Amino acid sequence: MDTDLGYWIIPLAIIGGAIRVSTPFLFVSLGEALTERSGRINLGLEGTLVFGAMSGYAVAYLTGSPWLGVLAAALCGALFGLVHGVICSLPRVNDIAIGIAMMILGMGLAFYFGKPFVQPVAPDLPAISFGWWSDIPQVRAALEVNVLFLIGAGLAVLLWWMLRATRVGLTLRVVGDSTDAARAMGLRPALIRTCATAVGGAFAGVGGAYLSLYYPGSWNEGISSGQGLMAVALVIFARWNPLACFGAALLFGGAGALGPVLQSVGVSEGYYLFFAAPYVLTLGVLIATSSPKRAMTGAPGELSITK
Amino acid sequence: MSFSPLSRRGFLKGSAAVAGAATLPNLGYADGHSPLTVGFVYVGPKDDFGYNQAHAEGAAAVKAMEGVVVVEEENVAETIDVQKSMESMINFDDAKLLFPTSFGYFDPHVLAVAPKNPDVRFQHAAGLWTEGMPSNVGSYFGYIGMGQYLNGITAGHATQTKKIGFVAAKPIPQVLLNINSFLLGARQVDPEITCQVIFTGEWSLAVKEAEATNALADAGCDVITCHVDGPKVVMETAAGRDCFVCGYHANQAPLAPEKYLTGAEWNWAGIYTSMVQTVLDGGTIDNFVRGGLADGFIKMSPLGPAVSDASRAQFEATKAEIMAGGFAAIKGPLKDNTGNVIAADGEGFAEDDIALESMNYLVEGVIGSTS
Repeated sequence: MDTDLGYWIIPLAIIGGAIRVSTPFLFVSLGEALTERSGRINLGLEGTLVFGAMSGYAVAYLTGSPWLGVLAAALCGALFGLVHGVICSLPRVNDIAIGIAMMILGMGLAFYFGKPFVQPVAPDLPAISFGWWSDIPQVRAALEVNVLFLIGAGLAVLLWWMLRATRVGLTLRVVGDSTDAARAMGLRPALIRTCATAVGGAFAGVGGAYLSLYYPGSWNEGISSGQGLMAVALVIFARWNPLACFGAALLFGGAGALGPVLQSVGVSEGYYLFFAAPYVLTLGVLIATSSPKRAMTGAPGELSITK
Repeated sequence: MSFSPLSRRGFLKGSAAVAGAATLPNLGYADGHSPLTVGFVYVGPKDDFGYNQAHAEGAAAVKAMEGVVVVEEENVAETIDVQKSMESMINFDDAKLLFPTSFGYFDPHVLAVAPKNPDVRFQHAAGLWTEGMPSNVGSYFGYIGMGQYLNGITAGHATQTKKIGFVAAKPIPQVLLNINSFLLGARQVDPEITCQVIFTGEWSLAVKEAEATNALADAGCDVITCHVDGPKVVMETAAGRDCFVCGYHANQAPLAPEKYLTGAEWNWAGIYTSMVQTVLDGGTIDNFVRGGLADGFIKMSPLGPAVSDASRAQFEATKAEIMAGGFAAIKGPLKDNTGNVIAADGEGFAEDDIALESMNYLVEGVIGSTS
C-alpha cells in the first residue's frame, strides 16, 4: 500500500481503467456491430444493458451463482432484441424509432422489477490475477482481469473471423448490403436480421451483467451512465469491424480513467475537461478519418443512416 | 405546453377547493377526523444506502405516527418534474406538508410552487431560507461536517500511509466543508496527514465513483470516505482494495463490516416526527432550522471492529466536546491549500456559523482544487 509510483501511476491507471471499464462497451458494441452488419440499427441497447444489469444481479442474488446471472441477462437481452427485430420486420416500421422506444421500455421495466434488489448484495463474477509477477499492489490491482473481459476479447476475434471467412458471415453481410441481392439468393432478410438483433441484444445483456456483477458491482438505478448509447456510437467509430470495436472499447475505458487519475497525481484544475476526453477523442478521430469524396468505408448498404 | 383558460389542473384545483370547503371548520388535525397528508419527494431511489435512504428512514418514522398519511415519490429530477410532483401531491393527495428533500429543488421550484399554495407548508432540506422568501417555506439542515470531523479522527488513527482519500461529487460549500472537516479531524491525530480529493462531477455516477476510488487507492490512500448520493459503490470498491472506509449519509457498515470505521449519518426520524407533530398540534415550524449532533440532527455509526482503543478514546472525547456546543473544526491558525489565510490564530468558525455555508476553499493539506 505504501508504494509511491509518482507519475507512473497514470499509464498504469489507464491500462487498469481500460481493462475494468471497457467490457460493457465491448459487449454492447459487438452486439450492435452484428446487428448493423445485417442492416438494422438497434438504439435500444442502452435499455437492454440496464435490464441485463438488473436481471443478472437479481438472478445471481436469488440463485447464488453469478454465472446463472450472466445467462439470465443474455436471455433477457435476446428477448429484447427479438422484440425489436420482430417489430422492425413489419412493413413501414422505422428501426430507430422502435429502438428509442425499446430503450425507454427496458429502463422502465428494469427500474420496476429491480426495486427489491437495490439493497441485497449479490455474489461477484470471478477475476483472474495476471499481476502475480509484481510486488507492487497498484500493478496487481490493475491486472485483475475479469473472465468476461477475456470472453469479450475472444468473441471479438471470433466475430471478425466469422464475418470475413464463413458462410454465416457472408449471409449476414449480403443481407446487410442489399436486400434485393439477398432475396435473389433465396435468403430471408427479415428473419436473418431478427436473429442478428436477438444475438446483439444478448451481447448487450451480458455487458449489463458485467456492470452489476463485477464493476462497479452493484445494482442501482444509476448503474449505467449511457454506456449503451456510447457503444452504439462506438460501432460507427470502429467502422463495423469487431476487432476495431475491441480497440475502441479499450480506448474509451482507458480515457475514462484519465480524469480521476490526473486528480490523484495533483493535476486537479479543469477535471470536467478531462472527463470529456473520450468524447473529444471520438470527434477527433471521426474528423480525421472522414472524407468528402467517398461514403463511409465498411458501412452496410442497407443501414437506414447510410442509405 | 399551453394552458387553456380552464386547464385540467385548474379544474381539479377548483373542485378540490369546493370539496375542501365542506370540511373547512375542521382545521386542526388532532381531533382525528381527517388525517394530515405529508408528502416526501426524493431525487433518487429511496434505498440507495445514502442521502435518499436517510430521508426515507425519516419518512418511515412519520408513517408510524397517529393521524398521518405519507405519500412518497422517488427519482424526481431537479427540474420542472419536481413542481409537477409537488402539485400532484397537493391537488390529488391533499398534502398539507411537503418535504422536497433534494438541494436543487429549492430554487426555483419550491419558491415557485409555494406562493400558489399558501395553505401548504414546504420544508426543504439543505436550502437557505432568507427573509423575504415565502413564509410557508422552511429550510432545515444539520451540521454533518462535524460527523466528517469525527470520521477524520478514526481515519487519522487507522491510516498507515498518512494519506486519506475523499470521493466528492461537486465542489459546493457543503461538500467542501465535509472534505475540510475530514482532514482536520485526521490532523488532530497527526498533523502530517494529507487528504486526496477526487471530484466526479455528478451526484450519482457509479463507474466514475469506482474509478475515483481505485485512483485514490493507487495513490496510496488507505482510508476513504465520500460525499456522493449513494456511497455503496465507493464503500465496496474501497474495501475491495483493502482500504478502511468511513461512511456518509446512512450506515454502510453491512457493506464492509471489517473495514468500516464509523460514519456520519443523518438522523431525520426524530426531526421529521417533531416537525409533523408541530403541524398536528396546529403550531408553526420555524422557517430556518439547523442542528447538529447535540440536537439529534446527525448521529455517528457504531464504531467498527478495526477502531483501536486510542482512536475510540479520542473519538468519544471529541464527540463530547461537540455535544457541549460551540465547537469549531475550522479554526486558526489555518490557511487554504493555495496559501490564503482562512483564520488567524485564535479565530474560529463554530459549527453554527453561517459563514461556513458559503465555503469556497480547501484547507492546507487537502490535495485537490475547487474548480
